[in-house]
Amino acid sequence: MNTENSAPQFAICILEEQTQLTLTDLCRACAVHDEQIIALVDAGVLEPQGREPGHWRFGGASLHRARRALRLQRDLEIDLTGAALAVELLDEIESLRTRLRAVGGEY
Amino acid sequence: MEFKDYYKIIGVARDATQDEIKRAYRKLARKYHPDVSKEADAEARFKELGEAHEVLKDAEKRAAYDQLGANYKGGQEFRPPPDWNAGFEFSGGGPGGGDGGDYSDFFASLFGRDFRAGGAGHAPRHAKGEDHHARVLIDLEDTYHGATRTITLRVPSVDAQGHVITKERVLNVTIPRGIREGQHIRLSGQGNAGLGEGNAGDLYLQVEFRTHPIYRVDGRDLYLDLPVTPWEAALGATVKVPTLGGIVELKIPEGSASGRKMRLKGRGIPGDPPGDCYVILTIALPPANTEAAKELYRKMEKELNFNPRTKLGV
Repeated sequence: MNTENSAPQFAICILEEQTQLTLTDLCRACAVHDEQIIALVDAGVLEPQGREPGHWRFGGASLHRARRALRLQRDLEIDLTGAALAVELLDEIESLRTRLRAVGGEY
Repeated sequence: MEFKDYYKIIGVARDATQDEIKRAYRKLARKYHPDVSKEADAEARFKELGEAHEVLKDAEKRAAYDQLGANYKGGQEFRPPPDWNAGFEFSGGGPGGGDGGDYSDFFASLFGRDFRAGGAGHAPRHAKGEDHHARVLIDLEDTYHGATRTITLRVPSVDAQGHVITKERVLNVTIPRGIREGQHIRLSGQGNAGLGEGNAGDLYLQVEFRTHPIYRVDGRDLYLDLPVTPWEAALGATVKVPTLGGIVELKIPEGSASGRKMRLKGRGIPGDPPGDCYVILTIALPPANTEAAKELYRKMEKELNFNPRTKLGV
């Protein structure tokens, strides 16, 4: 039997472009309580639209950022401010690496 | 099953103090953290490190491991003695690192699989299944045309005897047109099964591109080095350029220098707006490998009063 053909196929979406997440969605996807997400917003790691936590809407890219900040905090025993700084620096390194590749450099 | 030398993994001597272990672990954890490191095996190294630290940071577990490990070397075939942990009682604790504390068989045979639960308390009767995160490697052409990729996931599950086994699950995933490197595809309900009446979790696939032989990628934009002849660059010409959507003609203005960047608008990765394709001219010199070719170069030398180093003052 050819598993390739029998495997089910699914409708999909691009998280970063077609998805908006509520606080509850984000908590569930990161498996954390809402205080931890609120703390990430207070630290400026996540920038939702809307004033009140109940009305917050996060872009899909927030999921990756939140999970990364939470992992760094947990695994490297660093505090929230340190994790926020690390996330920003990692973003910058990634965009510099992409630029470097685009102009034909190594990486 | 192989014996794991936790001291070697952390890089400390067997008689290292708890402080030395902590310091060595922290340093390596920063180095190999999968969010930080670019090393190919960072994830595996980090897991191994977390597991080693889980054992060595805890006096009870370290003592048990020491008693057992005195006769073994890393990588050696290992079978735990039937009564090996008699007299030790493990108090449990949170998983050391990585997603959900994914420990090796070696660790599980010593300290048990249940350890990974890490004192989570009573499990709810109904709960949404865990989300799954994986990576998928695609070609640049796949994002231009859209594609279907077959993905094999290894999913841990519990068999009738209560053992954790790994099952393979095959999914056909449609790669959406225009997806960019680093973005995530979400497949709702394709994560782990829920508990009781809880919904299944979601599956997230992080998209990475295989290195392309011609194009380099920055977001939706593509970069392409286009070799041109000295006369095409000097006199101007219309030349063919390969793009993801097919061959197009590009007009090279006369007097173009090497490194000149030209934009093919909308010829990058599709989207709203679509990316552009940047063409960077590189002037290729014809080889002077025949007498006729050498003569042409000599003629240029004589007739063109050209010094490319005037700006350097020489």
